[in-house]
Amino acid sequence: MRRTRTAAALAVAAAASLGLAACGGGGSGSNSASSSNTSSGSAATGFNAGVGQVFNPSTAKGGTLKMAISDDWDSLDPGDTYYGFAWDFARFYGRSLTTFNAAPGKEGVKLVPDLAQSLGQPSDGGKTWTYKLRPGLKYEDGTPIKAADVKYAVARSLDKEVLPDGPTYFNDYLDLQGYKGPYKAKDKGAGLKAIETPDDQTIVFHLKKAFAGFDYFAQLPSTMPVPAAKDTGTNYKSHVLSSGPYMFKTVQPGKQYTLVRNPNWDASTDTVRKALPDEIDVQLKQNQDDIDNRLLAGQLDVDVTGSGVAAQTQGKILADPKLKANSDNPIGIRDWYLSVNPDVAPLDNLACRQAVEYATNKASIQRAYGGNTGGAIATNMLPPTVPGAQQFNTYPPGPDNTGDLQKAKDALSKCGQPNGFSTTMAFRSDRPKEVATAEAEQQALARVGIKLSLKGFPSGDYYTLYAGKPDYAKANNLGISTNGWGADWPDGFGFLSQITDSRTIRPGGGNYNLSVKDPAVDALIDKATSAKDLTSSQQAWTDVDKKVMDGAYVVPTVWAKGLYYRPPTLTNVYFNPAFGMYDYVSLGVKQ
Amino acid sequence: MVTYVIRRLITAVLLLLLITAVVFAIFFLVPRLAGATPDSLATRYVGRAAGPQQIHEVAVRLGLTDPIYVQYGRFVKGLVAGTTYFTGTEDVSCPAPCLGYSFITQNPVLPDILDRLPVTISLALGAAILWLVGGVSAGVISALRRGSIIDRGVMAIALAGVSLPIFFTGLLSLSIFSYGLGWFPGGGTYVPFQVNPAEWAYHLILPWVTLAFLYAATYARLTRAGMLETMHEDYVRTARAKGLPERTVVRRHVMRATMTPIVTIFGLDLGLLLGGAILTESTFSLPGIGKYTVDAVQANDLPKVLGVTLVASIFIILANLIVDIVYAVIDPRVTL
Repeated sequence: MRRTRTAAALAVAAAASLGLAACGGGGSGSNSASSSNTSSGSAATGFNAGVGQVFNPSTAKGGTLKMAISDDWDSLDPGDTYYGFAWDFARFYGRSLTTFNAAPGKEGVKLVPDLAQSLGQPSDGGKTWTYKLRPGLKYEDGTPIKAADVKYAVARSLDKEVLPDGPTYFNDYLDLQGYKGPYKAKDKGAGLKAIETPDDQTIVFHLKKAFAGFDYFAQLPSTMPVPAAKDTGTNYKSHVLSSGPYMFKTVQPGKQYTLVRNPNWDASTDTVRKALPDEIDVQLKQNQDDIDNRLLAGQLDVDVTGSGVAAQTQGKILADPKLKANSDNPIGIRDWYLSVNPDVAPLDNLACRQAVEYATNKASIQRAYGGNTGGAIATNMLPPTVPGAQQFNTYPPGPDNTGDLQKAKDALSKCGQPNGFSTTMAFRSDRPKEVATAEAEQQALARVGIKLSLKGFPSGDYYTLYAGKPDYAKANNLGISTNGWGADWPDGFGFLSQITDSRTIRPGGGNYNLSVKDPAVDALIDKATSAKDLTSSQQAWTDVDKKVMDGAYVVPTVWAKGLYYRPPTLTNVYFNPAFGMYDYVSLGVKQ
Repeated sequence: MVTYVIRRLITAVLLLLLITAVVFAIFFLVPRLAGATPDSLATRYVGRAAGPQQIHEVAVRLGLTDPIYVQYGRFVKGLVAGTTYFTGTEDVSCPAPCLGYSFITQNPVLPDILDRLPVTISLALGAAILWLVGGVSAGVISALRRGSIIDRGVMAIALAGVSLPIFFTGLLSLSIFSYGLGWFPGGGTYVPFQVNPAEWAYHLILPWVTLAFLYAATYARLTRAGMLETMHEDYVRTARAKGLPERTVVRRHVMRATMTPIVTIFGLDLGLLLGGAILTESTFSLPGIGKYTVDAVQANDLPKVLGVTLVASIFIILANLIVDIVYAVIDPRVTL
């Protein structure tokens, strides 16, 4: 017996030590990484050295940029993609009319001309926008890029039956006059009167109504040129004709993409891209834990997804000073918040909604999202990364952000529910952070007598069938719903238009605006979209933000943050708030 | 024998049709019974800004608005006669057997599966050789040294093998041998055999050993139990009494009886693995059928799910057939 017990104890100890070895730090790999970081001579080092400044600046060319992702693109076709990382990456092989400046911090959210010689020239009160292309631009095969190719690119992106994944801004704003796209019209875009190309260098857009922010539409990958003769519809993603510094060498969906230098890209026409690596190699469908391990071991340069390392890796990095010195933890362009549905009584009463605002324990919800590493406590909807955004707190949650219970009770009395009320809270049951958020909110509101019944739904159908379907939400008493939104680009329109405009709400479901149904907010949105200049536009969107908060239609909880690891193999690393991740076209690799 | 094989193959075709019909029903009938509409199903395959009209157009294009028997009939027609697909600019032919086009990527499914098959075959065959040789050898040694410290040690390792999940042993092996010691390449580094056979094997060593560890444990225990049971049979005692060397007794008499269930299980295990070693491929980020299956299920991409189900079923059916034939060869008492 004694020998058996001893043997068993030894076996358990061996297994435990193996487990601890696996869960421990990066070992010699990370030590050598940090020492090479120190010796790189970079201007900025340490934690957050890639936020607001360039870490390891370099102009050295060469090497292979090794990237990996746990999933795959929706599409490489620039007219059929809607992922933030895909838009960031598309700048390797495509040039749009305008683009975001390749710079850190506030400079990075500025639009600069790319294919075009300058930003758009508005006329007709902002209903017409004109761009002139730079001369001498060529595709990878040496053929010239023409304005008609940009027109065709936009035209084909209108057909959401053939190319269903991309954004619909051009569908919504161009004066299409019934035009359905070149695939249905079989006209290679000739019938699209909303876009004119009077010559090979000039392109003119005609909108249904004035819109001062059209340069943001012009930066969309949908404006990356596509020659009509080379278009193969759904197969175009197999080989996108490059207008950028790199072109595709191999495209193996679900496995790997490889890009090499485009010999016909002229650096003198491009003020944005440095094109430092010789080759870019992307592995798809990789195990996320393995991606993080490879980053820490220096075997991988970038996790393309651009949302930071996984939760279990965060702990490893933050606990190790050397690893932490190679990481960044910026605020991005995503909000996590709660929608408070005015269709569900008694939340149709403003004071009852205000009670929810005051009683919410934001500190607890921040912990659900990973503490200060996972997000900053939000006071309003527009995060500080949005240019011109103002931070204000309509419902101060107390000095420790756990809620102001007295004000909550006062609000309950005002709305005729002094003892609280009952309602249902919806959340996505396959998202652990939302489960934790729902539980935290249930406990928080219970302190003032508001009883929440928690109801989880699958995330795949959350917006289409449940929380995002007005009839279902009302019939099932979904008074509060977890919600989140990542802006398409960092300005008021990109952030708020889809989630605060009541006119975007569709009875059939698929809505992201679950609760803001206020004509006064809609009027302010109209004012913001028709603003004549940037300053008045930014102020107008702040007014929208304030009006939404005044109505207590949403409870902003967390401005999302990610923990990004930058291997010492990388050069020219910085977080670009325009994409909410590292700026891929600026990256280089050490030789 | 030939008649038997033909009869089994005909049954196999009917079985495959039944399997695809069941998968169709699970993916389409069940959601419909739960209240899903073609448009609500189509929302999974469009971008986040798609409006109702766009969603409906996609539902029509994907055939979701047709009755289920029409959709199934279209799938079977593609299998036997091929079909065409409109890309927006032209009609593209998908020759038989056409497994359809992915709802998500709009790429044809069969080429995707064939492209991934070598990875899964490489993983499965390599691991199979390791676990068969290692597991059976360990079981034989353990049985012959019953009660000794070797026996207990082997069985303890076997217990660990069947207890520890692959995603644990896989990530552990990567952490220690790849990212720690640097002896082996990291995950996601498959090299095709025709490119460089040596690199192909080098990059698969960790996945092979990880996968084989699980199965070898089972086979060691199975072999040991089978041998212990067989060694006490009358005919084995007779063989020893006749003066045969122990080595001959074990090899010619004990092992032959022991191997029968081993062969049966080996065939089934290999057949299942050829349909996709899901956990190992996911852990090591290998682009095989198993990973393809996981991604397809997560994305609700029915054509992909149907495609891998069909391919996996073919492997399992073939494996069963081969096992039955080999069984008859090994054991003359068995008639087909």
